[in-house]
Amino acid sequence: MGRFQLAVHAACLAPLGRLVWRGTHAGLTANPVEFVTHRTGDWALNLLVAGLCCRPLARLTKDSRWIKARRPVGLYAYMFACLHFTTWFWLDKELDVSDMLRDVGKRRFIMVGFAALVLLTPLAITSTTGWIRRLGKKWGQLHTLVYPAALLASIHYIWLVKRDERGPLTYLACLLFLLGWRVWVRVAR
Amino acid sequence: MKVPDWHADGLTEKDCAPEETYLNRRQLLAAAGLAAASLLTPRWARAAGRFDTDETQTPFEDVTHYNNYYEFATDKITPAKLAEGFKTRPWTVRVDGLCQHPKTWDIDELLKKFPQEQRVYRLRCVEAWSIVVPWNGFALAPLLKAAGPLPTAKYVEFTTAADKAQMPGLSYPALDWPYREGLRLDEAMHPLTFMVSGLYGKPLPGQNGAPLRMAIPWKYGFKGAKSIVRVRFTATQPATAWNDAAPDEYGFYSNVNPKVDHPRWSQAKERRLGVLFKRPTLMFNGYADQVASLYEGMDLKKNF
Repeated sequence: MGRFQLAVHAACLAPLGRLVWRGTHAGLTANPVEFVTHRTGDWALNLLVAGLCCRPLARLTKDSRWIKARRPVGLYAYMFACLHFTTWFWLDKELDVSDMLRDVGKRRFIMVGFAALVLLTPLAITSTTGWIRRLGKKWGQLHTLVYPAALLASIHYIWLVKRDERGPLTYLACLLFLLGWRVWVRVAR
Repeated sequence: MKVPDWHADGLTEKDCAPEETYLNRRQLLAAAGLAAASLLTPRWARAAGRFDTDETQTPFEDVTHYNNYYEFATDKITPAKLAEGFKTRPWTVRVDGLCQHPKTWDIDELLKKFPQEQRVYRLRCVEAWSIVVPWNGFALAPLLKAAGPLPTAKYVEFTTAADKAQMPGLSYPALDWPYREGLRLDEAMHPLTFMVSGLYGKPLPGQNGAPLRMAIPWKYGFKGAKSIVRVRFTATQPATAWNDAAPDEYGFYSNVNPKVDHPRWSQAKERRLGVLFKRPTLMFNGYADQVASLYEGMDLKKNF
């Protein structure tokens, strides 16, 4: 593994390391469950945005290593999304599947967040080289699902906050910018 | 004329005076002045421990480092840092509106006039977490009675500090500043309704609402206005900050009610800070015996 790839892995794992360090040093605030839920959600979104930045970065820097970084960045985003979901399902819903599904159906912010996780799952599964070969052209089409998934994740955050929407709206703005860039590139060509 | 019986051991429905009794009492106060008011000071105001919960108290560190105080910041961690050194002297509290004796109280005069006691209350946040806090302060009712509310007074409005020099959160319009809260007069007069000036026997920290805040234990935490500068008697229901911001989500009453969900999340359960799994939320936050009669005949789903 090259130094670039190592740096990508280190950068994506650092937030998890920081959470563990905080956990062992009484740094998870008075409400650790909420803190872990929020932080894992933040990093799922951060890395989704980071993954979508790879292609423009590759073009800007004319460096194809950014394209290779997409797989680990995307998979770490999925890892944080799973940790986020698990924290909620375990510590809020006490692993009660019917209670969990009832909340998914009843609360729109949970519904869109859950939908984002569902959309990301086939992308994580088909991220291996074998699946890329097997799916051929369809792989690229399948993986455009990352756009609706990321948008749903940012809407999940917007619908969750009580009043101050500056943070969640920043994610939405970044995503719309990155999407707009892709549309612009396509139209220009 | 019958003076309401606040002396009963254990509050029952009878202890909550109907409106006409209030009116009578106000006339009595008007006639006899403050001397009568002090005679009417009920025994519960002096007896300690009447309303205390014996549940595990949330550690001081947690109570003072996990705060919703949007005038400082909209997260719960930084208000403790930003409110460090919050200046609470000089400080005045204006009591006015529909009353006979409007007065601007100096905070120290106010704290001396109304003797301090301790109340260990549950606090249930609308965000579905809760804490148990030993507050220090005094019941609101004697302060209101001292002002001699007029028969036309039906509500009490609380206005809180909006000091741009000291409160950096005010530069962002998260809510319509200054933060305002309100209670129906009978709610404000209820013996559980408490003016807080300290916690754990220490002066109230800035992030908890120094120098004077409310604790209304059967209502969601945001009803407890912080850093109060004005108490005003009104004839009509006062506008309140969260109700103005999102009327479908935060009602004027905002009584803790596990059966009425926030439009976006459930209120059936809550996480007590320091406890891993959630517990069921109790009607009126466990104070139903004391306050349910205030809302008799009211549709609590409509008046949420």
